[in-house]
Amino acid sequence: MTAVNIPFTTVIGLEVHVQHQTRTKLFCGCVTTFGSPPNTQVCPTCLGLPGSLPVMNRRAFELALRAALALNCKIAAFTKWDRKNYFYPDLPKGYQISQFDLPFSYEGHLEVGDPKGAFEPCRVGIIRVHLEEDAGKSMHDEAAGTADSRIDLNRTGTPLCEIVTQPDIRSPQEARAWLNELKLLLVYLGVSDCNMQEGSLRVDANVNLHIPQDDGRIAKTPIVEIKNMNSFRSVERALAYEAERQWGEWQATGAELGSMPKQTRGWDDAAGITRGQRHKEESSDYRYFPEPDLVPVTVTDDQIAAIRASMGEPPAVLRKTLEQRWDISAYDADVLVNQGQELVSYFEELATLVGEGKAASNWMQQDVLRCLNERGGAIADFPVRPTAVADIIGRIKQGDFDTSRGREIFTTVIESGKDVADVVAGMGIAAVDDGDLKALCAELIAANPKIVADVQGGKEQAAGGLIGQAKKKNPNVNPGKVRAMVLELIRAMP
Amino acid sequence: MPADSGPEPTLTPGDVKKVALLGRLALSGAELKSLTAELSQIVGFVSQLAAVDTEAVEPLAHPLDAQNVFREDEPAASLPTSEALRSAPRQDGECFLVPAVLGDSGSA
Amino acid sequence: MSLTDRSATDLVAALRNGEITSVACTESFLARIEATNPTVNAFLSVNGEGALAEAARIDADRAAGKPVGPLAGLPVAVKDVLCTTDQPTTCASKMLQGFRPPYDADVVRRLREADAVLVGKTNMDEFAMGGSNENSAYGLVRNPWDLDRAPGGSSGGSAAAIAADMAPLAIGSDTGGSIRQPAGLCGITGLKPTYGRVSRRGLVAFSSSLDQIGPMARSAADCSLLLQTIAGHDPGDSTSLSVAVPDYTAELDKPLTGLRIGRVAAHFGPGLDPEVAEHVEATFAAYEAAGATIHEVELPHAAHGVPTYYLIAPSEASSNLARYDGAHYGHRWDGSRPPDDGGMTDFDSPLVEMYCRSRAEGFGPEVKRRIMLGTYALSAGYYDAYYAKALRVRRLIRQDFLDAFERVDLIGGPVSATPAFKLGEKTDDPVAMYLVDLYTVGTNLAGIGGISFPCGFTAGGLPVGFQLQGPALSEPLLLRAAHQYQQATDWHLRRTAALPA
Repeated sequence: MTAVNIPFTTVIGLEVHVQHQTRTKLFCGCVTTFGSPPNTQVCPTCLGLPGSLPVMNRRAFELALRAALALNCKIAAFTKWDRKNYFYPDLPKGYQISQFDLPFSYEGHLEVGDPKGAFEPCRVGIIRVHLEEDAGKSMHDEAAGTADSRIDLNRTGTPLCEIVTQPDIRSPQEARAWLNELKLLLVYLGVSDCNMQEGSLRVDANVNLHIPQDDGRIAKTPIVEIKNMNSFRSVERALAYEAERQWGEWQATGAELGSMPKQTRGWDDAAGITRGQRHKEESSDYRYFPEPDLVPVTVTDDQIAAIRASMGEPPAVLRKTLEQRWDISAYDADVLVNQGQELVSYFEELATLVGEGKAASNWMQQDVLRCLNERGGAIADFPVRPTAVADIIGRIKQGDFDTSRGREIFTTVIESGKDVADVVAGMGIAAVDDGDLKALCAELIAANPKIVADVQGGKEQAAGGLIGQAKKKNPNVNPGKVRAMVLELIRAMP
Repeated sequence: MPADSGPEPTLTPGDVKKVALLGRLALSGAELKSLTAELSQIVGFVSQLAAVDTEAVEPLAHPLDAQNVFREDEPAASLPTSEALRSAPRQDGECFLVPAVLGDSGSA
Repeated sequence: MSLTDRSATDLVAALRNGEITSVACTESFLARIEATNPTVNAFLSVNGEGALAEAARIDADRAAGKPVGPLAGLPVAVKDVLCTTDQPTTCASKMLQGFRPPYDADVVRRLREADAVLVGKTNMDEFAMGGSNENSAYGLVRNPWDLDRAPGGSSGGSAAAIAADMAPLAIGSDTGGSIRQPAGLCGITGLKPTYGRVSRRGLVAFSSSLDQIGPMARSAADCSLLLQTIAGHDPGDSTSLSVAVPDYTAELDKPLTGLRIGRVAAHFGPGLDPEVAEHVEATFAAYEAAGATIHEVELPHAAHGVPTYYLIAPSEASSNLARYDGAHYGHRWDGSRPPDDGGMTDFDSPLVEMYCRSRAEGFGPEVKRRIMLGTYALSAGYYDAYYAKALRVRRLIRQDFLDAFERVDLIGGPVSATPAFKLGEKTDDPVAMYLVDLYTVGTNLAGIGGISFPCGFTAGGLPVGFQLQGPALSEPLLLRAAHQYQQATDWHLRRTAALPA
């Protein structure tokens, strides 16, 4: 699709819930380990037993502040918590402790661009970020046909940031890119592992179409909230589907925003469609009021400064830093930064040892990342450390061997676990001394009068024909040196 | 003290039914009738506050002036599952059992 | 003198010096409970065996020279609104019939650490909602002074237990007067501490911003003994004050010379029973005689206290009681539909019907009334007119107290407008029942302290209570002022003739 032939603008706002990487829950000391047997991480407080009380987890609040600061939000000097009242079996208190009218942060933004220029860089406004508790899990086995649902409250009370964006996103692709950037940011900050499979990042999307009319008016389709998307790819697909669906519906009915209540639709990933969900009028009266079991929190400028100082560079800044510090392209910086903080550290260590960024960046992308992806696992566990890679690059630079030989060595180092010097020795690689090189080149020149004639006739590239032959005779020769020596000897011929 | 400002608020049985559903109370016909009258009376009584001038007064949600009460992110013992489930009306040894629900309220 | 006639302070001394054993002491009170409780119904559960075993352990520890706690061996009754692992915790509700919490309330923990002997759980208005103790799912409580009258509420069981000598000390809770009003109507002493002085952890919440646990006993001296044990910071309650606990008995004997006591003319309006007024005025005179000075003060917004309270408390309650839905604990509907369904049949799902019917069956009428009122006050479109408005008036009410305490040290007055009323007298008129809290709700709305103690008897032999209210953390002064009065009078020592001795 290109912008030219789409007769509408897709307008998207996102609501993202992110679980915090704390050891314990927001209001009690139960751990938040994912995947434990049901109801093994529960206590009177998160079970909502009579008389139990919440006490706020300091770390959870600090992580929330971190996230909000990184999202360029304003931090409220005074914030409080409210009860959101609704009955649901995964919410044992009958209310969720959340934030209503005084969220701890508001009015931020996060920019996302595409280094390949697939879309214009866009700044997505953040309406608010607030800190609340997660609910538990309801499991219903429809296939078994049982009348009961099973309730596991392990997740109940896990700290959760709710991030609500302005409707600033203009395409499903942009939405996906923005979510990737948000995830990268939150992982960089240590706020969340953002693992969608484990539910530590969840996305709902609001979408409608703005359709310019002949009279200059912009018609707006009713806003639909899409739920149940369990990957960023699903978000992109669901939004694309929904835009098409709304366009079809608009053409059929002409229904505009305000003509019906907001609709909620669930994404069916297998079927690739959204389906209408039942709307309950009554359930939306949440009767918010200030949570009397908690006291308000005030945040000083000093605290904000201290958290800012501890945050390190967010990805957007880090990309620019790498570009400038190591003289690499925006694209290269993007690839490296998108791999996470640990890989960036690896790269910077390597670049420092090598003394320049480009070679280090090439090796990172073509070799380290490739092997890492093949092997799986984290960069921290990668068997070849930056010193070894720098060693290989250094030997290439001083002409001990060429890049393809260097790659063989790199692979062997990974497979054997030996260090670079041992591998080089074991492969019989030794620098070819200049005398030997000269003798080898003289021998080849003598045996290839046609090439010599071509070179003498002005076709210098013909010398390349001798490089392959030289490598056959001695795999350790440096192709560049062979080429230089051959040309020198031919020129010196009478 | 009479409610001397605004119309006398009265609740209809329909209002009471709506509130009952919101508060998850299945009222009997007799309760519906008596509560309609009683709530109207009580609401009339508390509506006397409308006469108090609170123009420049901030709400006071809490008598304490305390702020910034936190706990450290240190794990504490959880209950054994059997203890957590002990008082459940229905349970299967692992989970609480309730009449069928679809999905979590989680991202509500 | 039988053991059950003696004061807590006296019994603790007797236990300490070996004059009596805890087993003997506990047996005496258990015998008294056995004889009297069938009439009074002050206890919902009595832990006879457990109490005697604990008493024996404490006696043995003491005999072996092991260190024991400050209340070692003394029986204490606990209102059934506090969680106890070894006894049911029902809040006098069918909803929590037989419920056994897996944890102890912080106050219960402190009592156990002080080696108190927990003899049983006292009756109350269901979920502490009421001023007569007639709202108990397990039967009303009778006032030991006149068995046809209410003991007050919601801590009616604790008050009656003290008045009937079934326990020397009892724990109550006070949300709008629930310690002080029954104390007044039963002729005993009860203190509502400053909000945050005593941990609320394990206190089953009624209205979280108003609830506070406090001591009930015959005398102020006994109350100070109990407060000493239960007061203190609890990191598990975010609203618990992190302020050192003073020695509550240290200054009890200091004279009241120079004490400034406020008198609020509006307290003596047309609704006040003349006999009550007479005893209250006499009490002011007694304070003057003891060296205090009396000053007229105004609490301009006091008249709005009851409507403010009846918006805030039910609103918080409607949320606090949402957890009783039959899903995770407590009563669950068995699936049989009642004959009178009130036309409420559209429940949207089996789950919602389970919720609605479980709650309809588990809660009594007053609890339902307050849930309905609170749900209404918080619902869309009404919040600003009711709940938010009440919070603004709450600030005015608190400010009235702060202003008054610039001029006086304490404010005195009646606890209740009338002495104990007849059982059933107010049950058909919720607003009349709510007005019994007229003099007490201000203390809770302002978060300050208040004490109630007997200051005379009506011609018909019913106790009359006097209330002192003091600024935040003025408990030492409140206790001292009450104690000094009790040094000069014997109202608190009088025993009822309505029960066998």
